[in-house]
Amino acid sequence: MFPKWFDKWNRENPKEIYGPAIAIGVVGGAVFLAAALVAGGQPYATDSLQTGPRGTGMSVPEFTVDLAAPDPDIEVFLASTSSPIVPGDDAETADEARENVPPGLEDLTVENYDRLLAAMREWTGIPDLFEDPANYQSSVGYLMIGMTQTINDEWAGHVNANKEVGVTCYTCHRGQPVPENVWFRISPVNDSVEGWAANQNRVTMQSQYTSLPSDALEKYLLDGEDIAVHDLESRVAGRPGDEDYASIQATERTYSLMNYVSNSLGVNCLFCHNSRAFYSASGQITPQWATATLGIEMVLELNNTYLAPLDGILPEHRLGPVYADAPKAACATCHNGYQQPLQGTNVIKDWPELASTAEPDYGN
Amino acid sequence: MAEYQNIFTQVQVQGAPEMGLDDTGGRLMGERSGKAGFSTLIGWLGNAQLGPINLGMLGVVSLITGTLWFVIIGFNMLAQVGWSIPEFLRQGFWLALEPPGPEHGLSMPPLNDGGWYIISSFFLLVAVLAWWARSYQLAASHKMGKHVFWAFGSAIWLFLVLGLFRPVLMGSWSEAVPYGIFPHLDWTTAFSIRYGNLYYNPFHCLSIVFLYGSVLLFAMHGATILAVTRFGGDRELEQIYDRGTASERAALFWRWTMGFNATMEGIHRWAWWFAVLTPITGGIGILLTGTVVDNWFIWAQEHNFAPMYDGSYGYEDYGSYEAFIGQED
Repeated sequence: MFPKWFDKWNRENPKEIYGPAIAIGVVGGAVFLAAALVAGGQPYATDSLQTGPRGTGMSVPEFTVDLAAPDPDIEVFLASTSSPIVPGDDAETADEARENVPPGLEDLTVENYDRLLAAMREWTGIPDLFEDPANYQSSVGYLMIGMTQTINDEWAGHVNANKEVGVTCYTCHRGQPVPENVWFRISPVNDSVEGWAANQNRVTMQSQYTSLPSDALEKYLLDGEDIAVHDLESRVAGRPGDEDYASIQATERTYSLMNYVSNSLGVNCLFCHNSRAFYSASGQITPQWATATLGIEMVLELNNTYLAPLDGILPEHRLGPVYADAPKAACATCHNGYQQPLQGTNVIKDWPELASTAEPDYGN
Repeated sequence: MAEYQNIFTQVQVQGAPEMGLDDTGGRLMGERSGKAGFSTLIGWLGNAQLGPINLGMLGVVSLITGTLWFVIIGFNMLAQVGWSIPEFLRQGFWLALEPPGPEHGLSMPPLNDGGWYIISSFFLLVAVLAWWARSYQLAASHKMGKHVFWAFGSAIWLFLVLGLFRPVLMGSWSEAVPYGIFPHLDWTTAFSIRYGNLYYNPFHCLSIVFLYGSVLLFAMHGATILAVTRFGGDRELEQIYDRGTASERAALFWRWTMGFNATMEGIHRWAWWFAVLTPITGGIGILLTGTVVDNWFIWAQEHNFAPMYDGSYGYEDYGSYEAFIGQED
């Protein structure tokens, strides 16, 4: 193929070419990659929200591509909302014009009632909501309207901690009859054992797929047990088994809850906590810690007052797999992976009917 | 020299097994298992000869009790998943044999609430201590120093602090470490969280120093010896007896690099002490936690080595959530 002189010359001048070829390939590839990175930028760029003084490493990082994409549910909500109609002096009430009006909504003007009913049907994904008062969905719905009003009325310290946002049915339901991020009691999860060995070391949703206890939500967000495990002095009396001495096992349960909270909000520990100690007596904690504490109090009330008692109303197929308990709420039910539900969209401004247990304020 | 071939070279010699010396008049030989073979596989990693082994009575005790410990854990895990082998395999890394709850204190709890943990821990204790005694016995048989025995003892110190000394001082077996892959890691993180951040425990700091120091020393020593292998430097004993060019080069390399060099003997003391001090200091740190100090962060503030950071906590003073998610109106 090649001329004779070429083959002859090659034979007489053997040269190792593979080594240099690989070396040049590697170096060339590295140069190309470096040039591509410099020219094109970091393909997995992150941005971070600083949450504490410099030097403490406190920040919440996010991928910029995630930050650039708003929560898709915001658009769905905005399509479902409508401005309230300021009632005239002699407006017809819902009670007069419509049948099966849920209790508490009778005095709304018929325009606002129709508006609200349509929105609630869309938010919950139940097209015939409140049509049949005998249906269990109506009974649950009556309670849920009261719950929504109570959250807006009495838990502004958590819900409106940053600005007015409020909650509506959509904040949890997202167009589904049963909100996606609800939870049931499942502990004990292990056979043949008692005590602490029985409630942990299994892959469950409640343990966030860790081997931490699976009963954290139940103990802290239903039974209201103490979450804190730190001592606030360097030396304290007490030994494991004492009333107020937190054990290693209780600490694991707290850690399980904290994993749940951080996954529910899409944040890390440093959104609420100091990087150096999870809680310090000298007050080096963020305002978000206080907001979250109020949120835990709120969830406790919602679960105990409104949600757990639903087990008498809901049909069997809506109840929990182990204890036939009612579905319960926690952080993810509203937050759905975001620091603020629906990324802080003000959902209540169009719905004075849900903003308070008192008469709606239309600003007239 | 074929004796020195290992993972870094490819030569394996397999012939008549080397049965080893015996200067005790046949006693050592009598206690060894009589057979020895060769394995190409282990030859890739070290010496290709497998055996003979001098197990001894202590070795037998250690293997039996260690196996009991292991099997008790396995069957407890299996019982927890309802004796389902697929579930056992699926959840294997999550499962554990847990110590009793805090309400049982130091008493013997029911079998299904930590009792099996106590029993298996007893077997583990016997297994580890028997193996430890065996390392003394074998060293004595060979008229060796007891350095391996003491080094192993430092690891056993940490093991005993975690599973015996500290739980006893705390008055509860519930403080002991569970036997499970992920669960023992849960214990580790919970231990630090419960007692206010273990990184502020000065003995934990020391343990880290010696751990990282061990890694550094091991890398330096390994690299130095490999670098002078071409001059016979891997025959360290000969080099100690009859210092040759390899040893001189190795020493000069470090002296000219950092002004100081360890000696051919001394480097092994450096390595031994760094390795041994890692669990010794770590064990002291664990033993003080919950017994003497309950919150290391606050303790560190009181002793002026956890500085105060002036500045705001919370993101409001550094930016807004709306700006972060790019939805500023």
